[in-house]
Order: sequence, then structure tokens, then C-alpha cells
Amino acid sequence: MTSYLLRGVSVAAAPARDLAIVDGRISDEAPSDAQIIDASGLVALPGLVDLHTHLREPGREDAETVETGSRAAALGGYTAVFAMANTSPVADTAGVVEQVWRLGREAGLVDVQPIGAVTVGLAGKQLAELGAMATSAAGVRIFSDDGHCVADPRLMRRALEYVKAFDGIIAQHAEEPRLTEGAQMHEGEVSTRLGLTGWPAVAEEAIIARDVLLTEHVGSRLHVCHVSTAGSVEVLRQAKARGVRVTAEVTPHHLLLTDELAASYDPVYKVNPPLRTAKDVHALREALVEGVIDIVATDHAPHAVEDKECEWAYARPGMVGLETALPVVLSVLGEQWDLIAERMSRAPARIAGLTGHGTGLAVGDPANITLVDPSARRVVDPSELASRSRNTPYAGTTLPGRIVATFLRGEPTVLDGKAVK
Amino acid sequence: MIKHLRSAADLDAATATLILDTAGEMAALAGREVKKLPTLRGRTVVNLFYEDSTRTRISFEAAAKRLSADVINFSAKGSSVSKGESLKDTALTLQAMGADAVVIRHPASGAPHRLAAWVDGSVVNAGDGTHEHPTQALLDAYTMRSRLGRLDGLRVAIVGDVLHSRVARSNVLLLTTLGAQVTLVGPPTLIPVDIAAALSPSTKVSYDLDSVLPDMDVVMMLRVQTERMQDSYFPSAREYSRRYGLDLARMRKMPEHAIVMHPGPMNRGMEIAPEVADSSRSTIVEQVANGVSARMAVLYLLLGGKA
Repeated sequence: MTSYLLRGVSVAAAPARDLAIVDGRISDEAPSDAQIIDASGLVALPGLVDLHTHLREPGREDAETVETGSRAAALGGYTAVFAMANTSPVADTAGVVEQVWRLGREAGLVDVQPIGAVTVGLAGKQLAELGAMATSAAGVRIFSDDGHCVADPRLMRRALEYVKAFDGIIAQHAEEPRLTEGAQMHEGEVSTRLGLTGWPAVAEEAIIARDVLLTEHVGSRLHVCHVSTAGSVEVLRQAKARGVRVTAEVTPHHLLLTDELAASYDPVYKVNPPLRTAKDVHALREALVEGVIDIVATDHAPHAVEDKECEWAYARPGMVGLETALPVVLSVLGEQWDLIAERMSRAPARIAGLTGHGTGLAVGDPANITLVDPSARRVVDPSELASRSRNTPYAGTTLPGRIVATFLRGEPTVLDGKAVK
Repeated sequence: MIKHLRSAADLDAATATLILDTAGEMAALAGREVKKLPTLRGRTVVNLFYEDSTRTRISFEAAAKRLSADVINFSAKGSSVSKGESLKDTALTLQAMGADAVVIRHPASGAPHRLAAWVDGSVVNAGDGTHEHPTQALLDAYTMRSRLGRLDGLRVAIVGDVLHSRVARSNVLLLTTLGAQVTLVGPPTLIPVDIAAALSPSTKVSYDLDSVLPDMDVVMMLRVQTERMQDSYFPSAREYSRRYGLDLARMRKMPEHAIVMHPGPMNRGMEIAPEVADSSRSTIVEQVANGVSARMAVLYLLLGGKA
């Protein structure tokens, strides 16, 4: 196994030093034959961890596969991604989660950790075999019907209770379905002007409020997916102050973009939950800095061209995000490297109980490392994405930062900004 | 001149006035024995209709034919569209056939905006989802101006299901641009709270039809679909009619000179009583006739006809 010496690298916010990678672990000394990488001016972060990725395999391999999604993740600086369950067939059995897990191992670019469905077929009627998925080779700990809300309060209560047996966590897509029937975009001035059916903020906030109370009642753990409104932030702030074991994520796009973009009727801006107002964006940024929102998660949602090149109402919601997440967060937070390491690597690994990732990059830790050039600028070109899909909302946008290298247990998956395999 | 008419917001006051003036000239033609102008000879206008709408399609067809354009009617039913062809592929087909203008009616809001990105010709919005119907607003403005002599300072009430109405959105935008004062009236469930901020800050909102009527020059009744009842926008057709329907007693509260409008098709007995629809203050039939003139003016000006 090749050893590496990252010369003159700054680990998160610390002063520049040399960092050695030997036998897949971080070492204080490099052997004489180590490959030297000039890392002066570069920043080393613990490999990024995404708790919310759609890899589309099995079922929509025309939009993404475990392999292409893994490559996009590595290029984005990720060493672990959690694959959502809304595939076809749905990842609601030990068999499907093990298949996804195995495909991830075969691709070997990031650790692919399957998320299991909460209910059979994401139908919201009957619990899936959560225990079987937990004890499978995939070792599932996070369960989610993402794309659908577990709307039935009784079922949600049972799910929260049941996963306590194996320290599981329910990741809720918070959307009261009766309040969002036919919804196309954020309900507000812009939806009124554009004649598109509104997705009211209260549909998210009402479910989060209910779920933190249920979580408190049964003494379990809740993770809230893609928080998008200022009101949700307030609900979470109060719940956390009371000591409820709730964590929350925000997507890069909800930190940067607003509902005004829908005025083009270009469905590349259609996403669920929808882009909100500037006021919401402001509240989400504050909450992320403050820690009311624990992590950034991409909700990377690749879609085939024909599912986006159509009328707004007929388009599928979602945006690709793995390859642009860190640059977007960098543009939003600035060079607060320790905060970025916390929100994009350490905290997500901690929430998921994922060992070996999100470390402090101390001697002996597995060498899961992302090397970033903060001074680089990049104009996003959809045709250059490694993802099989092109639905990025940032086409033509200049973003700061470039992923120079990514190491997965000491093996480079990205070197010089290019995927190794 | 603008290239597309996707929204009434595409029109500034000067352009809108030019269209209304041109519509007046077109209307004068309608009284002649030979109603046809050679202006658009050799040009192709496609009517691309994804929703059944006989009255709007016929109105556009008559307008294009009176200007001597070649008209192709492309209806979604029984065509390649019903076999699953995408809007983009249909657009590329029309483009290859050399359409100079595409008139589109579509159930999805914003479809004309998407279409305009894929064809070189002009795109005219003939009603898109719950968004807009700008030529309806033009014919309505034309009708108001013909009956009342002006638009500036005119007080117009638009009554009914504003939330789902493309007619209301286009009328608010166009009438405000032309100096009228619009009041939207209906139950709070059918009037978006941010409608004024979304369309025009001068727009007023009222939930009480009776209090509004004495101050109006124009009362425009919108079609209210009874299926909204199933969705709890209001409790029953009868209750809606009692609170927001225009009957004779209510019409008498309007000033002597005030007119009653409706974009059609009407639900007689629901939002409008038959005696009101058929009264001399009603402009409903006139609106249909004016629709042809207004659409002639739009096609004529968009396709570069010389005044």
C-alpha cells in the first residue's frame, strides 16, 4: 500500500504541518518511499459524510448508479454516503440493503451505507422489517421513507419506539401530505404570481412539531431531513432546549437559492421541499452556525434529462448536489474550516454511529481525508459532472474551493481533482 | 414590439394601448362585407391546444384567418401528444414545419415559457394552468374601454375563485398597467393572502361583495367550479351563490352606468343569475366578439404587421 506525505497542509483551522498516511492510517512519520504531495495552501478535512444521497440503483440506473454516484461523491470530497431507500424495488428488506451495500463495496470509492425504508414499499401502512435490515451485513441504523412523510402519527410513534432496540434513528421527510396535495413550489408571493400550487411552510413545521413531541414521549431519536423554513428552525430550537434527542440537516441549495428562481419555470429549480424565501435562507444559515441545525446533507437527487426537460408541473423534484456541496457551503460560511468539518463530517458520522469517519485526523485514525484548495474558483459546467445526471441548479455559477484529493482509508479516490478510478 | 405574449406583465402601458387601438381598427373591419386582410398571407399560425377549449381556439382561428394566415390546429387528443410525445419534441416538430407563431393552451402553468425556449417563432399564451390568459385580459380591457370610454381610474371588481383563475391574474396585471383600480372579491379560501404583493401593490381585497358593489364601474364574475366544494374551499354551491353570486338585487346596488362581465363559460344560477347575464348591462356576448378583434391585433403586431 502506497504511503503519502501531505506536505504543508493545514488541518481544518490549524497551522500548516506535514501529514503522513501509512497503511491506511494517519501517521506522524512517513517512510522514505512515501509519495509526496505538495499541500501548501491546502486544507485537510476529515472525509465528508453525506446522510442524504439518492443513488437510484436499483431501478433508475439511467439517472445514477451506485458507482457513478460514488464517483461524484468522491469528487465532492465525500468518503461516506447514506443511500436513501426510495429505489425500485424499495430498500425495505435485508436483501435490497445488502445489494446496495455490496455494490458500494465493489465500486470502492466511498463507503455506501444504505438507509432502510420505515414502511413497506414507502407506503406508510406497515413497518418494514427494520430489525432484519439492522442485523444484515449492511448494518442499517438510519431508517427513512424519504420522498414520503411517515404521516400516520401512530405508525411514526411505533417506528420511533421500535428502533430503540438497536439504537436506530428515524429520519423524517417532514411534509404533511394533506397540506401539499398538488404542490409545486413554496407557497407565497411567487407561487401566487406564477399560478403554481403552493407548498406551505406549515406543512413541514407541523410534522416536525408533532415528531419532536412523539420522540420525547417515547424517548427515542429523530433526525429531520432537509429543513427548509424559518419556522422549522424555531420548532427545533425549542425542542433542543428541552433536551429532545433530535438532529436536523439542511441542504446546500436551501442555504443559497430562493423561490424567485421558479419564475423561469425551469424545473431544474424544482425540488422537494421547495426553495423558500430569502428570510428562510437567512434563518437556516444562522441555525447552521448556531448548531440548531446539526449538519449539511446534499439530498443529491439525480434525474434523467426527460424528467426535467418538460413542463414544471410534470418534472420530478430534485437536484444533484454531491459535487457542489462543499463549494456552496464554503461560499455561505466562508473559511470556517472547523465548523465545516463539524457540520459536513464529524456530526453526520456521529449521528449515524459511523466509526472511522468524521475523526479529528489524529495519529492512528483511519485516513479518510479530503484535501481542499480554498483559493480555487470554478464555474459549474453540468457536462463535466461525474454524476450520470445533469440537473444542477448551479450551471454557470462561479463557486469557491476545489477538491484536490480524497483518501478513503489511505487509498486516493481523487488525486489532482480527478477520480482515480 | 415584443416577440412573445406569455404574460400580461410582458405589456407596458404603451404596448397595451397600441394593441387595444389596433383591436379597434380590426373591429371596424368586422362590419365590412369582406372581413379579410391580406397582412399575414404566407405566414403560419399553429393553435396548439392541450386542453379542450372550443371558444378560445375558434376565436384564435378566426383571428388568424381574417389576417390571411395559414392556420394549423394541433390538438393534443388523437395526436402524437396522446402517444406520450413531450412538449419539447412537439415544439421541435412545429419549428421544423416553420410555424411563425404558436398559440398554446396548456393545463400546466408556465408551459408557454418553456415552449418559447424551444421555438424561434412567437409564442402566444392562450391560457396556461392557473397562471395567465393575457388575450382574455386584452379583450376585457377593450370591452371596458368601448363601453365606458376609458381605463384610467376605472374601478373594477373581479369576483370569485381568484386563486385558480388565470383570467384574474392577467386582468389584475393589465388593468393596473393601464391605470384601473382593481378590487378582488371572494371567500378568503379563494383569494391568496399575498395577491397584492404578488401582482400589483395597488390591488385591494374584500370578502364582502355587497359593500364593494356601489363603488364599481365594472363587476367581472369568474367561473366557480363546483368541484372546489369537495375540496372545502366553500361549504356548498348555494352558500357560495348567496354570498358571492351576482343576482338582480345585487346588480341594483351597482351604479347606473356600471357593467357586468364574465369570461365564460358561465354557471348560470351559481356565480351569476340568468337575469343578470342576459341584462343590457352584461357585456358577455360582446366580449366574445371583441375576442376576435383583440387576438387579430396581437397576431398582427407580434408577427410584425405594419399599422
